[in-house]
Amino acid sequence: MTEAALSATPTTQAYELDSPARRARRRLFKRKAAVFGLVVITAFILLAALAPLVVPYDPIATSWSLVRKPPTAAHWFGTDELGRDILSRVVYGARASLLAGLISVAIALGVGVPLGLLAGYRGGFVDALISRITDAMLACPFLILAIALAAFLGPSLGNAMIAIGISATPIFIRLTRGQVLVVKAEDYVEAARALGNPPWRIAFSHILPNILPALLVQATLSIAAAIIAEAALSFLGLGQQPPAPSWGSMLNAAQRFLTQAPWMAIWPGLAIFLVVLSLNLLGDGLRDALDPRQR
Amino acid sequence: MLNFLARRIVQIVPTLFFVSVLIFSLQQLLPGDPALVMAGEERDPAVIEQIRQQYRLDQPIPVQYVYWLKGVLSGNFGESLRNKMPVRELIAQKLPVTLQLGSMAMLIALLIGIPAGIVSAVKKGTAWDYGANLFALWGISTPNFWLGIMLIFLFSIELGWLPASGYVPLTENWRASLAATIMPAFVLGNAISAVLMRHTRSAMLQVLESDYVRTARAKGLSERSVILKHAMRNALTPIITLGALELGTLLSGAVLTEQIFSIPGFGKLIVDAVFNRDYAVVQGVVLVTATVYITLNLVADVAYVLVNPRLRG
Amino acid sequence: MNPMRLAILASALLTSLVGGVQAQTALRIGIAEDPDILDPSIGRTYVGRIVFSAFCDKLFDIDEKLNIVPQLALSHETSADGKEMTIKLRPNVKFHDGEPLDAEAAKFSIERHMTLPTSFRKSELASVDHVEVVDPLTIKLVLKTPYSPLIAQLTDRSGMMVSPKAAKEAGDKFGLHPICAGPYKFVERVQQDRMVFEKFADYWNKDNIHIDRVVFLPIVDATVRLANLKSGGLDLIERVLATDIKDVRADSRLVLSTAPELGYYGLTVNIGNDKAKGPLSQSAKVRQALDLSIDREALNQVVFNGEFTPGNQWVSPTHPYYQKAFPVRGRDIAKAKALLKEAGVASPVSVDYMIPKGAENEAVAQVIQSMAAEAGFDIKIRAVEFATTFKQAQAGEFQIFQINWSGRIDPDGNSYIFMRSKAPQNDGGYANPEADKLMEDGRLTANVDERKAIYAKLTKIVLDDLPIIYIYHRTLLIAHTTKLQGYRQMPDGLVRVVGLKFK
Repeated sequence: MTEAALSATPTTQAYELDSPARRARRRLFKRKAAVFGLVVITAFILLAALAPLVVPYDPIATSWSLVRKPPTAAHWFGTDELGRDILSRVVYGARASLLAGLISVAIALGVGVPLGLLAGYRGGFVDALISRITDAMLACPFLILAIALAAFLGPSLGNAMIAIGISATPIFIRLTRGQVLVVKAEDYVEAARALGNPPWRIAFSHILPNILPALLVQATLSIAAAIIAEAALSFLGLGQQPPAPSWGSMLNAAQRFLTQAPWMAIWPGLAIFLVVLSLNLLGDGLRDALDPRQR
Repeated sequence: MLNFLARRIVQIVPTLFFVSVLIFSLQQLLPGDPALVMAGEERDPAVIEQIRQQYRLDQPIPVQYVYWLKGVLSGNFGESLRNKMPVRELIAQKLPVTLQLGSMAMLIALLIGIPAGIVSAVKKGTAWDYGANLFALWGISTPNFWLGIMLIFLFSIELGWLPASGYVPLTENWRASLAATIMPAFVLGNAISAVLMRHTRSAMLQVLESDYVRTARAKGLSERSVILKHAMRNALTPIITLGALELGTLLSGAVLTEQIFSIPGFGKLIVDAVFNRDYAVVQGVVLVTATVYITLNLVADVAYVLVNPRLRG
Repeated sequence: MNPMRLAILASALLTSLVGGVQAQTALRIGIAEDPDILDPSIGRTYVGRIVFSAFCDKLFDIDEKLNIVPQLALSHETSADGKEMTIKLRPNVKFHDGEPLDAEAAKFSIERHMTLPTSFRKSELASVDHVEVVDPLTIKLVLKTPYSPLIAQLTDRSGMMVSPKAAKEAGDKFGLHPICAGPYKFVERVQQDRMVFEKFADYWNKDNIHIDRVVFLPIVDATVRLANLKSGGLDLIERVLATDIKDVRADSRLVLSTAPELGYYGLTVNIGNDKAKGPLSQSAKVRQALDLSIDREALNQVVFNGEFTPGNQWVSPTHPYYQKAFPVRGRDIAKAKALLKEAGVASPVSVDYMIPKGAENEAVAQVIQSMAAEAGFDIKIRAVEFATTFKQAQAGEFQIFQINWSGRIDPDGNSYIFMRSKAPQNDGGYANPEADKLMEDGRLTANVDERKAIYAKLTKIVLDDLPIIYIYHRTLLIAHTTKLQGYRQMPDGLVRVVGLKFK
């Protein structure tokens, strides 16, 4: 699951000089699926941000008389094993999931891109070292790496984000390095070098902007993968701590009541599916929109 | 070509070295004391100290690493702290299970992914295309542990058609074996079929626009024969190499899927070992998994270069 | 012959083969975890004890009413000063490898428990000084000091007899292929998958063995375990969820057996090791306030459908050693608040509350969290991996540690190691000289009335000091199909296979 989305590497290279961003935006909005994705994501972000204002109940308020009740007019999604409103918990869970997706990918970008730039631009021993470590990390199952890191850091949502972020880093190193190798040979980089610019400035002001589109696409897809990974870690008890809700920990609790209260498992699962689906649609749309070969 | 191959093989050594260092240091960082975990309810300080000594847990980490590396180089992966089984034997016990699960998943993925990819490429822009794309999106967007739970709910609890968990070796009772593995295999194959579908589609689209397909069409061959005989054969080569790479994905996906369906394979072995702090098992299994993954990568790379002579550098 | 034909033929052949073994000869038992090593000296899991009872007989056993009855022994006698225990062995008993179980073998087994470097039985047999062979069928345990719980230890792993020949050969690898004197003998084990045992032809009680094979299948998920029992994939399962009881009772093909467990579920309070010196560690009044804020019956209803037993002592209210003079108190928020005020602590009282991760633990913790909040406690739940809990518990990195103890037959096994000062599992660092004295006294006499009187005094102290706030006692829930007959539920929760048969 996670790897599937993570390994989808886009190809983006040369750029037209006249406002490529605007053209890309126009192309993106022409794709209905991508727009759908964007709308759903925006809706979830709004829900998460405004959670205290939109939820009907306090997500951690227990009610002994309402334990595991099926959906009703008062509780649209039903209640959970402690009589809490599942709709409210799903909405609050969006906070955990979206935050986990964004922050862990931000960590992966923050660590992976500089290392990738360094490896690609410097070459030689530095490149070999970074590349072998990247290979080594990619060779270990992603989830095992994340589980071990999360266990090491101690179970909490923040630590799960760090664990996922580190585990997702090698993909960005490899992607950046590959892109740098392509861009490095371009004329304008040669020119910048001939003008005597220091390497770090060439890397950041000449190379980085040109590989941004590829990174943007990968980041979107990685957020989707990170959200699934966060749910998986919480499912294993290594993420969000009770009583705060997260979609993964809700699924974990639901597993025991599959026979008597299947609704406990359906809603958080659907929420993960919807968000991840939308991110994938958006990522696909971005890839096509940013690829100059697609017209 | 030989040069390329030699370089790739030489690269494997440092990669595996880093894998071993990575896993070794990572698990040394894990909180919790393996000897204490092993003791569980029975916490006798003297016995716990004894266990630490016996398994060299009281030695500095680099010393432990050297001992472990020495063992691995002579084919000894150590023994499980929890049940004293040699790790090599544990791996031999689990590998066939995960291989069966993996092959079934791959078969399902190929059977769904490739036809769907071809149809959507050939019928580009039609409802078929959209349908296949939708399916692919569903495949990569569904968390597989959720899909697993839902399948158990539907087919085992509600309908009672399939066993909810467990494993029966193929050799013991093939029907029971298939019944026990079909759901987890579908869960694993589902995600991969989506990836295969997308790649098949784009490879087919590329091939369909190529000169020789145009030539074949110009020669007046039927559309069916153009697609099946000419286009497909050329489009499939990269897909096969991709399939090899996806086997690595399978190993990773098996981690949670096996947990949910209680399949006693690699994935369950390693997750339980991480939670039990059974160091020797974690090390051994990850090393084997990484080796398999790296080898598959190498095979895929070589195959890719063989197919695209232009890439030989 | 074309391949298609061949395949059809082959499948037909296989089908008939499979169909041939329909008559049920194997008992399939679903257990909740994969046990650790099957060596009675090294084993330490509850689930391992379930498996042991199929293949490893003990000197003594218990009956439904917790009385100690002979198994491999015929009788026992303790000297007047309590320092010698003479045990007569059952004659003509053989181990699975054909070796005789005589006094030498019994001496060997007990000494192995006491001396094997990684044996977890050492502390259980710590009172034993040495073992003497009196005659070929009699041994004598010579004790350092009188120790009344010893006989209870011999009804569990410490009383299990292993073949000296096999144990000497295998050393600490004995558990990979254990050889005991039980009703079934070990055939094979596939980790995390199954353990297979077959009938032992020379078993001393072989007339009561009616099933050819016993297979243990570890299935972690309780819902899945039950689904497998219903679909006929299993014959018996342990640890049914309390919330699934209605479901089992409604199914006419299933039978539910219950027994109150010997252990307890409680909150260990960090009194002596709390670096932060939180209010809970400083004042018994604060602990009493927390105790009063918990509505045990409501918790039982919400999390366990009312199927468990609320409790306040280290044995359950149905246990012979339960002190009826100190019943479970009801919830009293007003009094709890008053106690907090008396203690002079500022509300809300922040509490670092550690639990081993797991859905059921988390549910209990969240209920207590929300109940205690009303009295003025701000409980911060920290669900920690099982592997980390003991390390943190020992290091005192908690203010409350919510933990389940599986329980021992003798009440000493539920109290001494947790509350005696400096005892290995006294994680909260509780130390009360008066309580220590009473716990030592309880070990010296075997007279039930005398012991009860001693424990009455101890109970009063513990309920005032509250080093552990006992919450409830689980009900052991075992379900099996109606096809399986002759099942008797024992209070230790372990499954006895002797006497079972298929209809």
